[in-house]
Amino acid sequence: MLAFLVVFALVPLVVPALTRRLGRRVFPVIALIPAAAFVFTLTQTPKILAGSAPTEVIPWIPQLEMSFAVRVDTLSWLLALIVTGIGALVLVYCAWYFTDAEEGLGRFASVLLAFTGTMYGLVIADDVFLLFIFWEATSVFSYLLIGHYTGRRASRVAALQALIVTTAGGLVMLVGLVMLAVPAGTSRLSDLVAMAQDGRLDLAAPLVTTAVILVLVGALSKSAIIPFHFWLPAAMAAPTPVSAYLHAAAMVQAGIYLVARLAPGFSATPGWHPLLLGLGLATMLVGGWRALRQNDLKLLLAYGTVSQLGFLIVVTGFGTRTAALAGVALLLAHALFKAALFLVVGIIDHRAGTRDLRKLSGLGREAPVLAIVGMLSVLSMAGVPFTAGFVAKEAVLAGFLGAAQGAGGAGPGSAAGWIALVGVALGSTLTVAYSARFLWGAFARKKGVEKVRPVHESVSFLAAPAILAVSGIVLAPLFRLVGDLLAGYPNRFPPDAHDYHLGLWHGFDGALLVSTFTLLAGLTLFWARTSVSTAQAKLPPIVNTSELYGRTMTGLDRLAARVTSATQRGSLPFYLSIILLTLVGTVGATLVMNRTWPAEWRLWDSPAQLVIGGIMAVAAVALTRADKRFAAALLVGVTGYGMAALFAFHGAPDLALTQVLVETVTLIAFVLVLRRLPARLGQTHGSAHRGVRAVVSVSVGLMMAAVAIVALGARTHLPISLALPDLAHDVGHGSNVVNVVLVDVRGWDTLGELSVLIAAATGVASLVFLRSRTDNLPRVPDAVRRSLRSRLRPVRETVSAEYVPGVKDPSTRNAWLLAGLKLAPENRSILLEVVIRLLFHAVVVVSVFILFAGHNSPGGGFAGGLVAGLALAGRYLAGGRYELGAAAPVDAGRLLGVGLLLAAGTAVTPLFFGAHALTSAWFDATIPVLGHIEFTTSTIFDVGVYLVVIGMVLDVLRSLGAEVDRQQEEASDELEEGSTI
Amino acid sequence: MSVSLVLVAVMAVLYSCGVYLLLERSMTRVLLGFLLVGNATNLLILVVSGRAGAAPFYGESDPLADPLPQAFVLTSIVITFGVSAFLMALIYRSWRLAHADVVEDDTEDVAVGRRDVSVAAEPEIASDDTEFGTRATAAVSTAVDLAEQERLEEAERLEMLHRFEEQLRREVEPLDTASLDAEPLDAERLDPDHTESTDGDRP
Repeated sequence: MLAFLVVFALVPLVVPALTRRLGRRVFPVIALIPAAAFVFTLTQTPKILAGSAPTEVIPWIPQLEMSFAVRVDTLSWLLALIVTGIGALVLVYCAWYFTDAEEGLGRFASVLLAFTGTMYGLVIADDVFLLFIFWEATSVFSYLLIGHYTGRRASRVAALQALIVTTAGGLVMLVGLVMLAVPAGTSRLSDLVAMAQDGRLDLAAPLVTTAVILVLVGALSKSAIIPFHFWLPAAMAAPTPVSAYLHAAAMVQAGIYLVARLAPGFSATPGWHPLLLGLGLATMLVGGWRALRQNDLKLLLAYGTVSQLGFLIVVTGFGTRTAALAGVALLLAHALFKAALFLVVGIIDHRAGTRDLRKLSGLGREAPVLAIVGMLSVLSMAGVPFTAGFVAKEAVLAGFLGAAQGAGGAGPGSAAGWIALVGVALGSTLTVAYSARFLWGAFARKKGVEKVRPVHESVSFLAAPAILAVSGIVLAPLFRLVGDLLAGYPNRFPPDAHDYHLGLWHGFDGALLVSTFTLLAGLTLFWARTSVSTAQAKLPPIVNTSELYGRTMTGLDRLAARVTSATQRGSLPFYLSIILLTLVGTVGATLVMNRTWPAEWRLWDSPAQLVIGGIMAVAAVALTRADKRFAAALLVGVTGYGMAALFAFHGAPDLALTQVLVETVTLIAFVLVLRRLPARLGQTHGSAHRGVRAVVSVSVGLMMAAVAIVALGARTHLPISLALPDLAHDVGHGSNVVNVVLVDVRGWDTLGELSVLIAAATGVASLVFLRSRTDNLPRVPDAVRRSLRSRLRPVRETVSAEYVPGVKDPSTRNAWLLAGLKLAPENRSILLEVVIRLLFHAVVVVSVFILFAGHNSPGGGFAGGLVAGLALAGRYLAGGRYELGAAAPVDAGRLLGVGLLLAAGTAVTPLFFGAHALTSAWFDATIPVLGHIEFTTSTIFDVGVYLVVIGMVLDVLRSLGAEVDRQQEEASDELEEGSTI
Repeated sequence: MSVSLVLVAVMAVLYSCGVYLLLERSMTRVLLGFLLVGNATNLLILVVSGRAGAAPFYGESDPLADPLPQAFVLTSIVITFGVSAFLMALIYRSWRLAHADVVEDDTEDVAVGRRDVSVAAEPEIASDDTEFGTRATAAVSTAVDLAEQERLEEAERLEMLHRFEEQLRREVEPLDTASLDAEPLDAERLDPDHTESTDGDRP
C-alpha cells in the first residue's frame, strides 16, 4: 500500500514530459496506476472478509507519535475501491474529452494523477497527521484542477474560493486532531476510535468534545455542508472530468468518510447529533431546492451533489447499525451515479457546446446510448426501484423508521429518528424532482428550441459513464452480497432491535411507503415546474453564506489597503523611528519590570576615562551640529580614537591597536569620498522634526544605558573566560588570548566575518566600477620590470625647469616614486614622496611582523593587514593611481579569494585527519641559525585574515580612490572637448 | 559586578547622537550616525564585560580583562569598517547619478499611501454554461464563443491595469518635481570653490 503511494508520488513528476510525447493518449497510460491499485485492493478482499485489517507502519517522528501508518479495514477498502476505480475511469475518459492542443494538458494529467494518489492515501491513512497531510494536499490539487482554465476569471476566482474554504476547515480540523491525539497518547486513528468506543476516552470531557467538534468542522467544510456549501457549485468552473471525480465521487466524500470513520466511537459526543443532523438536513433541503432552479445541467448536478452530501452526513452520522449499513451503501451508490452523470454532462457539452437545458432539444433521439446511460444513472439518483440508489434509500428509510420507533439501539433516540425521517423524505422528494428535470432538460425535445445536430457518437468516450451507470443497476440485485461484504463496518455499532439486510425487496413496509410517496410527490413537483419556479423566484435566497464570504474577503482586502496606506509613508526616517520606538517600548517595558540592579557602583575605573569620555561626548554632540563635511569626518574620528584610548586603559591592547588603524583607514576613505561632494552638509530636517528626533534618540540612548547597567547587574556567575588563558596556552599554543580566540577557539566567527568583509569589498567595487571589478589599476610601463638588473637600476624622470628652481633646462633626475611623473607637477610634494619611499617597505615588513607576532603579543592578522593597507594608502596618496598600481601588482579580488581559501582550508583540513573542523596542530623544531621555532596551523588562518584585510583596503583605495579619479578625469576631458568645439 | 558610570554615560551620549544622525535625510550624516552607533555598541560590550584589568596574556598574575568580549569587539570594529566603506561607495554613487546626498521619500510608497482605499469587489462568478462553446463537435447555434470571451476579459484586465498605472503616474509626478525643487545642493555643485580638494592628486 505504501509502495503504491510512492508510485503515485513519483510518476506525476514525469507525466508532463510524457504528455509532450504522447499528447492526450497519456491518460489511458497513467490510468493503469489507479487501475492497478484497484485490483490490488480487490485482492485484499478475503482478508477484509475475514475481519482483519492489513496494516503497514513506517516510523516517522516517534517523539511525536507520528508514523506513516496505513490500514485497510472495511470502510477504507470500500473507499479505496471507489477512489481508484472511478479515478481510473475518469482518466480514461479524459483522453476523449481533451484534444492534444489543450493548454496545460501535461500539468492537468500530472495533477489529476497526483490527486488520485493523494485521495487513495487519505482513505487508507491510519495516522491522523498523515490523514491531515493528505487532506490538505487534496485541497491544493483541487485548487490547481479547478483553476485549469487559467485564462478565465471565473476559474481563478472559484479555485481560490475552494482553496480558502477547504484549507481553513482543514486547519480547524488539525487543531482538533492535535487536541485529540496528544492527551490520548496516540495518533493512530484506529486506536483513537477504539479508545472512544470502549470508554477510555471521556467523550463528555470539554477538551474531547471541543476536539471532536473542531474535527467535524473540517469534515463539513470539505463535504460542502452548510455553511460551507457555496464553494462546490462555484467549483464547477473546473473541467467536467474534475467535477465528476473531485466534486462528486472523491474529494467531497472525504468529509463523509471522516464522519463515518469516527462515528463508531465518537457519535455519542455531546453536540455530534444536533450538529450533523441539523446541518445535514438543512443542506439536503437547500441543495435540492436550489438544484430545482438551475438551467445549467452541471450546476443542477452540483446543487444535487450538495443535497446528497447533506443526506450522506445525516445517515453516516446517525450512529445506529442500520444507518451505518445504509450509509456505506448510499456512499457507493452516490459515487457511481453522480460520477456517471457528470461524465454524461461532459459529453453533452463536448458535443453541443452548451450545458444550458434551455438551448438543448432532441438530444435523446440523436444520442440514444448516451440517453440510456444518463437515464440509468438518473433512476438510481432518484431512488427508483431496482436500482442501487433505491436499495440504499430503502435501507436509510428503514433505519430511520426503526430509530423513530425506538429500535435504534445506541442511536440518538426516537425524536431524532422522526426528524431525520421527515427531513430525508422531503429531501428525497426534491431529489426526484430535480432528477426528472435533469432527464427532461438534457434529452427531451422542447418546443421552440433548435434541435441538436446529428453527429457520430464515439463509443469509447461513452465507456466510462456507461460502466458506472450499468454497475449501478447490476449491483442492485447483488446488494445483499454487497451488504455482507461491507458488514465489517456496521457491525462495529451495537446491534439494533431488528437485523437489517440490504436487498431489492423487503415487502410492503413503511420504508416502501415513504419511498413511493417521495417518488409521486417529486414527479408532481416536476410536473408543476412552471408554477414552482415562479414561486422560487419570489422567495429570497434561503442561506447565502457565499455573500458573507465575499464580504469577508473584500473587507480583508480593504483592511490591507488601509494598513498599507497608514504605514507606507515612503520615508526612511519615519520607518526607522517606528522601529526604534518599538525597541524602546518593548525593551523599556521589560527593564521596568527588572529586579536585578548591580550591587556596586563606581564613577570610573581610572580618571583618564573621564577625560577621554568627556572629549568623545563633546565631539559626538558637536557632530550633530556640524555642517561641514570635513569637520564632521574629523569629529567622528575623534570619537573613534577616543575608543582606542578607552580600550587601552581597559586592558585591551589588541583592540586599541586595531581601532587606531581602522580609524585611520576609515578617515582616509572618508576623505577620498568627501573630495567629490560639496563642502557643506546640505539638507537638514526642518526644525519641526528636530524635537521629535531628539526625543527618539535620547530615549534610545537612555534605554541602552539601562540595558548596560541591568545586563551587568544580572551577571552573577564567574565568566567563562577565566578558563581561556590556560586553554589558549595549552591547546592553542599562544599567549595572546584574544588572538587565539579569533583564529582558533572561535574561528567560525572569524570565518563568517571574513565573508562579510568580502561581500562589503565586492559591494564597494561594484558600486563604483559599474561594469567589471577585475584588476584595472593602471600600470606605469617602467614599473613592469622583470629582470633583477633592471630592478636595481634607478628610475629616471624628466623635470621641467619651471618647477625646479636652479635647473635651467628640462633635465632628468632620479625619481623617488615610480609614477611620480604621471602627476601634474603642481600636485607633487617631494617631501611626501621621499617619506613614503623611505617608509613603505619598512612598514610592509612591520605588518608581517605584527601578523606573526600576534599569536603571543598584541597584533595578528587584522592589525597586520591594516598596517599593510595603510602602507598602500600612503603610496596612493603620494603618487596617485599609477603609483597604487605599481605598489599593488596583485588584484584585490585575488587577495580576498586567496585569503578566504587559506582560512577556510585551515578550517576544513582537520576533517580529513578525523579531527573536528578548525582543530589546530602544533609543531616545534630547532633549526640551525633561527633557533627554536614553534608553529601552529592556526597561523595559516591568520595569514588568510591578513590577506583578506589587505584586499579589503586595496578595494577601497582602488574604488573610492583610483577609479573615482579616473571618472573625474574622464568627465573633465569631456568638458574640455565640449568647450573647444 | 560593578558599573563604571562614566563609560555608561559616554555610551548613552554616543547612542543618542548616533541615532539623531541616523534619522537625518543626508546620507553623509546617516553614515556618521552609523559610525557613532558602531562605537557606542563596542563601548556597550566593553562596559558589560566587567572591570578593566591586565591585558589578557597567558602568565599575567594580575586579574585579566575579560578576553572573550574583546574578541567580539575586534570582529565588530573590522566589520564596521567594511560596512562604512560600503556606505561611502553608496554615497558616492548616489551623488554621481543623481547629484543628491539625500534619502528621499519613496514616491511610489507615498502614492500608494495616498491612494483611494476602495477595493474593487470580486466579480460575481459569471459561470459560462460550457467549456467548449463554438469549438464543440456539433455546437448548437446559440453556443458561446469562449475564445472571444477570453479576449474580452484580457482586454478588460489590461484596461484596468492601464488605468491603475495612469493614476499612479499622475500621483507620482507632482511628488517627483517637488523633491527636486527641495534639493539645494545642485547650485553648490556647480561652484568649484565649494569642492574640497584634499589630496594632491587633482587641482
